[in-house]
Amino acid sequence: MKTLFIASSLAASLIVLSGAAHAQQAAPTKVDPAVVDKYVQSMWAKAPDPWKTVPVQDETQRICTETRNNPSQADFTKIMEREKASVVFPADGKVIGDWKAGERVANTGTGGQFTDGPNTPRGGNCYACHQMAPKELSYGTLGPSLQNYGKDRKFDPAEARNAYAKIYNAQGVFPCSQMPRFGLHKFLSEQQMKDAVAYLFDPESPVNK
Amino acid sequence: MRNVRFIGLFAATFGLVALSSGLAMAQAQQDDAEKEIERYRAMISDPMSNPGFLAVDRGEVLWATKRGKKEVTLETCDLGEGPGKLEGAYAKLPRYFQDADRVMDIEQRLLWCMEKIQDLDTADVRRRRFGGPDYTSDMQDLVAFIANKSSGMKYQLQESHPKEKEMLAAGEALFFRRAGVMDFSCATCHGDDGKRIRLQALPNFSKAGKDAQDTMGGWPTYRVSQSQLRTMQHRLWDCYRQMRMPAPEYASDGITALTAYMVKMAAGGEITVPSIKR
Repeated sequence: MKTLFIASSLAASLIVLSGAAHAQQAAPTKVDPAVVDKYVQSMWAKAPDPWKTVPVQDETQRICTETRNNPSQADFTKIMEREKASVVFPADGKVIGDWKAGERVANTGTGGQFTDGPNTPRGGNCYACHQMAPKELSYGTLGPSLQNYGKDRKFDPAEARNAYAKIYNAQGVFPCSQMPRFGLHKFLSEQQMKDAVAYLFDPESPVNK
Repeated sequence: MRNVRFIGLFAATFGLVALSSGLAMAQAQQDDAEKEIERYRAMISDPMSNPGFLAVDRGEVLWATKRGKKEVTLETCDLGEGPGKLEGAYAKLPRYFQDADRVMDIEQRLLWCMEKIQDLDTADVRRRRFGGPDYTSDMQDLVAFIANKSSGMKYQLQESHPKEKEMLAAGEALFFRRAGVMDFSCATCHGDDGKRIRLQALPNFSKAGKDAQDTMGGWPTYRVSQSQLRTMQHRLWDCYRQMRMPAPEYASDGITALTAYMVKMAAGGEITVPSIKR
């Protein structure tokens, strides 16, 4: 109930906010999806397996694209429910791993690129978008600052679980969020996601210092 | 993104932004780091020592070299302004070409001219589409040479032909299209003002104006980190690499559509090429 309230008030505020932020952006040009698909095919029809299917959108990507990340209230709810249902928590219920390994996950921006080998280490590349430990100055600003993330939440275990769910599937928390769905797409392993949560929630982690 | 704005508003409204001395110090270090990057950019941005001009010179030779089964040069190639007319041609690309009944960007048109005018088997040219440490790229060199003939001019958007209109609409749609294991679109990184990835500033291409003009006005460019003259074709390929998408087909209509969309956002922007970048 509480979650629902927060979600709907978030949605209400954000509709106003995003409208204002993109005021200079022109209204989307109408175009037949079949035409767009022709151009998508021009780039990737010859892509080898297993790359071939990567450009195909799932329902959530399609709606977020069509609405420029402003889904209708009905779609907002539908996406949130569907994506939330995809989250698989660790079997033993423990969401906090090793913060030092989590720091590597946060700093690693390689893996999964068409120029990477199969053994190239994968990371979450959290620092590309988020400020985290104050000592790390090379951080991006596409996402909010996560400094003192665990400390600000009083190291509450329920909040750590929420953070795991957010990393697993950000759109189950906020539909059409720009953050990748690391767990859903199996980009990060369960251990890597637990380690990333530890980087946010361990009192010894530099994020909370 | 919306979460960011919400948190921003929330913080501002409830006065939660407390700038401790520690934070202020981190900010100062941050500013120093950015200043250092700016200083580096200014240092390398010297046209007299820009190796990109070596590519321009190689391109000039290639343009006048007899090749293909027909043993002719590219000098009769029409890049939109008339056969062999290079001045200002790049500033009006991509555009519709009646002989091909297609909209083409610079790379597509050059390949078309090689195949139709020279009857050249372009397999080798396509294989060397992006230059490497051991070999040069004819395409990079030719684009550098031709683009340089529009230096000092402004991008002029071509949108009168229905096929140009379709290309632009498709480019816009591709720009905002989310897909892949990262759920990214081009707009994820290039959809807002003043954002950064790590320390790298991200130009906003979701609206027409200065960001797009400054960026597009500087391509093709000599990339110091790659020791190569690179074109927008390569830059978009590199973006899709970072987005964890499959490698896009070289000289495909999708890349041309995105280029056309970016030229639209950059219309009126001055071209100064080849530039030199990190």
